[in-house]
Amino acid sequence: MAPLLQLRGISKFFPGVKALEGVELTLRPGRVTALIGENGAGKSTLVKILTGIYQPDAGEILIEGRKVHFDTPEAAQRARITAIHQETVLFDELSVAENIYLGHAPKNRFGLVNWAAIRARSMALLHSLDAPIKATMLLKNLSIAQRHLVAIARALSVDSNVVIMDEPTAALSHKEVEDLFRILARLKASGKAILFISHKFEELHRVADDYVVFRDGRTIGAGRMADATHGELVHMMVGREVDQVFPKAPATIGAAILSVKGYSHPTEFDNISFDLRKGEILGVYGLVGAGRSELCQSLFGMTHPSAGSVAIDGTFVSIRSAADAIKAGLVYVPEERGRHGAVLAMPIVENVTLGSLGAVSQRGFIRAAEEFKLARHYAQRFDLRASSLSQPVGTLSGGNQQKVVIGKWLATKPKVIFLDEPTKGIDIGSKSAVHAFMSELAGQGLAVLMISSELPEILGMADRVLVMKEGRMAGFFDREGLTAETLVQAATGNMGALR
Amino acid sequence: MDTPENTGPDELPRRFGPIASLVRRELLLVGAVLVLLALIAIRFPAFVTPANLASVFNDTSILIIMALGQAAVIITRSIDLSVAANVALTGMTVALLNAHVPELPLLLLVALAFLQGLVLGAVNGFLVWKVGIPSIVVTLGTLTIYRGLAFVLSGGAWINSFQFSAGFLGVPRAEFLHLPLLSWLAVAVVAATTLVFDRTSIGRAWFAVGGNPTAAVYAGIDAGRTRFLAFCFSGLLSGLCGYLWVSRYAVAYVDVASGFELDVIAACVIGGVSIAGGIGSVGGTVLGALFLGIIKNALPVVNVSPFAQMAISGAIIIAAVTLNTRAERKGGRIILRPQVAAIPAE
Amino acid sequence: MTMHAHAPDSAPTFRAIPDRLTSPARNFLGSWEALLLLVAIAIFGANSLASPYFLDINNLSDATFNFTEKAIVALAMAFVVIAGEIDLSVGGIIAIASTAMGAAAQAGAGTAELVVVGLAVGAVCGLFNGLLVARIGLPSIVATIGTMSFYRGISYVVLGDKVYSAYPTDFAFFGQGYTWGVISFEFTSFVLLAILAGILLHRTTFGRAVRAIGNNPFAARFSGLRVERIRFIVFLMTGLAAGLASVMLTSRLGSTRPSIALGWELDIVTIVVLGGINIQGGAGTIPGVVIAALVMGLVTSGLGLLNVPGIIMSIVIGAMLICVIALPILLRRLLHKWRSA
Repeated sequence: MAPLLQLRGISKFFPGVKALEGVELTLRPGRVTALIGENGAGKSTLVKILTGIYQPDAGEILIEGRKVHFDTPEAAQRARITAIHQETVLFDELSVAENIYLGHAPKNRFGLVNWAAIRARSMALLHSLDAPIKATMLLKNLSIAQRHLVAIARALSVDSNVVIMDEPTAALSHKEVEDLFRILARLKASGKAILFISHKFEELHRVADDYVVFRDGRTIGAGRMADATHGELVHMMVGREVDQVFPKAPATIGAAILSVKGYSHPTEFDNISFDLRKGEILGVYGLVGAGRSELCQSLFGMTHPSAGSVAIDGTFVSIRSAADAIKAGLVYVPEERGRHGAVLAMPIVENVTLGSLGAVSQRGFIRAAEEFKLARHYAQRFDLRASSLSQPVGTLSGGNQQKVVIGKWLATKPKVIFLDEPTKGIDIGSKSAVHAFMSELAGQGLAVLMISSELPEILGMADRVLVMKEGRMAGFFDREGLTAETLVQAATGNMGALR
Repeated sequence: MDTPENTGPDELPRRFGPIASLVRRELLLVGAVLVLLALIAIRFPAFVTPANLASVFNDTSILIIMALGQAAVIITRSIDLSVAANVALTGMTVALLNAHVPELPLLLLVALAFLQGLVLGAVNGFLVWKVGIPSIVVTLGTLTIYRGLAFVLSGGAWINSFQFSAGFLGVPRAEFLHLPLLSWLAVAVVAATTLVFDRTSIGRAWFAVGGNPTAAVYAGIDAGRTRFLAFCFSGLLSGLCGYLWVSRYAVAYVDVASGFELDVIAACVIGGVSIAGGIGSVGGTVLGALFLGIIKNALPVVNVSPFAQMAISGAIIIAAVTLNTRAERKGGRIILRPQVAAIPAE
Repeated sequence: MTMHAHAPDSAPTFRAIPDRLTSPARNFLGSWEALLLLVAIAIFGANSLASPYFLDINNLSDATFNFTEKAIVALAMAFVVIAGEIDLSVGGIIAIASTAMGAAAQAGAGTAELVVVGLAVGAVCGLFNGLLVARIGLPSIVATIGTMSFYRGISYVVLGDKVYSAYPTDFAFFGQGYTWGVISFEFTSFVLLAILAGILLHRTTFGRAVRAIGNNPFAARFSGLRVERIRFIVFLMTGLAAGLASVMLTSRLGSTRPSIALGWELDIVTIVVLGGINIQGGAGTIPGVVIAALVMGLVTSGLGLLNVPGIIMSIVIGAMLICVIALPILLRRLLHKWRSA
């Protein structure tokens, strides 16, 4: 079958980073192509190029053999390419129906927006997705899973030839995933070319006809899904033999440092209880939007709980702000590095000391020599790659930014450290450095809590795993004999018994 | 306005369409306006006679028109501080033309006012869009420049009522169905703006860009161009008001409408337009302007010194924005599904 | 499921990272402040060529009067803007503080009491702004547009079309007095306050926190900074500075009208932005603000000597505001295009 869309030698560079280098991709009508790669392999960059948000620095895009340029997202839409993006990019203050049709609203004969048609069509779309969402609701009143369904409806509202799905199932429950796959089959039958991105191999094996593997911004392999074994795909994806390589050293686990009981919030989580012990790494697993980050941010003092108690070293504490948390010895390394973790425009040295200004100052005056000494210490400890300590953090690679952010928190000398998706979007070298380091911290007697959506990371690093689903605890597991299947089942809700 | 009935009996928002979320706030504002009128009426029943209310509306017409333009800009997460200077400059231009070339037809002058206002707004929009300067800086700069140009044009001289042609002054005052044309113009602008806000792509794009600029880009909306058009809209309406102002007060000088940009912004804020962008409505903005207009007209009636007007509008702005901010504050992400499942069991 | 491979375990030797690549002196040469200084020198030169009276020492000293009050408020406003906020109520604060001083003077207050009244009213107004922004969480631009009308409005309520002008004679010192020879009290205060502000912004944890908050309030809060408290303090500082400016201006004019310092907020914000302070927060220096104040002072006094009317001056200032911000953006873009071509 003739290819519908072809990418030839696409490259994209960002300051200091080669996101994509000469990648190739072919999408054919009526076929689902799986795009496989680790975080940071360049998948999302490719999606942004295909949807006109980024422009490639080299290479060409062909649609039905004709060369095209997507200067704007509009151009990509006109070329009949639509995408469900990884982060749901929607409008809180607008209705569900308008979120679905914004930018391509049906018009009446006077060229005015036809609200009746918008409502009818979006209701039909939501119905076909089996989504129990009213088209008139405001988006801000929807849950995260519901927002994902709206995003999917939005992508389907355009009659496109190419549909890109960037981790569409990350936040969906088992039943919702099944509904999505039904739609996928229908799209396929109607001759659309589909690019499907997912980390879940069982999904890929089920829905994909072809595959493309990316690694470090390059195309490593492509072919028919039926011809590739799971092992081969994984091998291509990570580039070497797969082995248990997570350096979680056996640590002596001591007494509970942090005890959380009946911790609740009006809309975000309910009745969470756990102990975090000295020398332990506690993994927290769940779907995107299960309330894991919200729980940790609340414990860190960013939002206030409606019920529950928190004790550190056996003393009850009331943490009302991040400053309180830091004083109590609890720190949180946020998931969104650029937004919550680092001050990108400020130099490395100022970022490292931002949480511990008191330690490098005297009577409110900052002592530059001590500040640089502290920064140098952590730069050395993490093997930071930077040209100078006065370089803005924003010019570093993701992995090095993360090193700075973790350094900032360690500089406050914590007892308990929460790491929220600590290796998200960083290259593999930095990733194992972060893992080694986490293990080292636990070995030194810190209590580590790690939120992660990557099963291998959870299985490899965590001593125990807490699973959350829709803001509630859905299981608590010991490392021994724990399998990926058990965790996925708990997180997607097919283990009612555990509740 | 498009308000088809919902099919589901259990749905909370009764109205469908873009401004469903604002209905409750508008009702609150209607209530506030009514309470205000009632309070005045207790002591001064003459204030609420239809004739007087019509004259209050007429007096507030210019504020309403300009507030609608400003609302478009604020909804896109920008601000236009130059609107009053635009009024002064455009007003001065048409006044000078009328005074020196009285034979120019009024329609041409009005068209010119529209055009000049549009150009002045486009200059703001261009600097925000293509050069990338924050709107507050741009319009802070053009505010002094536009007013300065009014001085350059006039040489600081006043143009007084006797210098204007009869049509220039008379047409906005001409009555039609018991209301002056000025009031009808305001009504027409309200209707047109409703259409633009609710039923056109650009109007919806204003809300989208202000609500979530990133998502707007993903939806294929050019945020810069969208903002540019909002500034053009604001400029266009300010230009019209340039003529209306000079005609209404029968005088043109450099300091015309000085500080009026604050009243305009105040009307928007009172009307529930969020300074953070993405939220606002025509109805709310009109009510916000009327609220200010009623207070302004009632002060002399209730024997409060007109000097108190500034302090009162300041206090109202603070109160209104406090209420709005409280209402907009989010309670956190919705993760917990209600225990009584909204989703039918499998 | 997949397992990640581990990077080769050869412990990498640490390459020493230098603290800085360029010396502070070289940094300065390429900076906004250096450019501004050149502009200031150029205007100074142009002024002395344009008018023979300009270089006269007494003229130079007198020229400082018309901008030091604004410059003093600009020093505090710099903190507000760097913290990502704005305070448009400063003109209103000057008016209400001046009105309060006028009322106190009529009630027979002495010079010391008047100064206390002026500063206290400024501080209370700043406190109120801080409360609205930091405590209630209002967007500062709307909140201070509201308080700007409110504060000046109170002056109008109190004064109407009247004037307070019965100030004690020695009160005139603050706006008209000289500390050493031709160096005025106002100018001396400005220099001292500028040094103080420079140290506060560039050498203390408070200044660091202000900058961090302006750059990224979320990351600042996550880092344990007391974001609200710091926002509150910068508004309080600005109120106090406006109170001080009110003392000086009232003393210089010797009278109070409700329209005193009308529109000053625009000039003050212009000084701040011209000084290289990012209107969106996070970046800027006190030396930049000081030089920008000098530039503004030189432009206005130069145009004044040429008998240019005030309103034309404001065109120049408005155009300057837009141009100095647009030029670097456009130049950078041009450079980028030229490099990539």
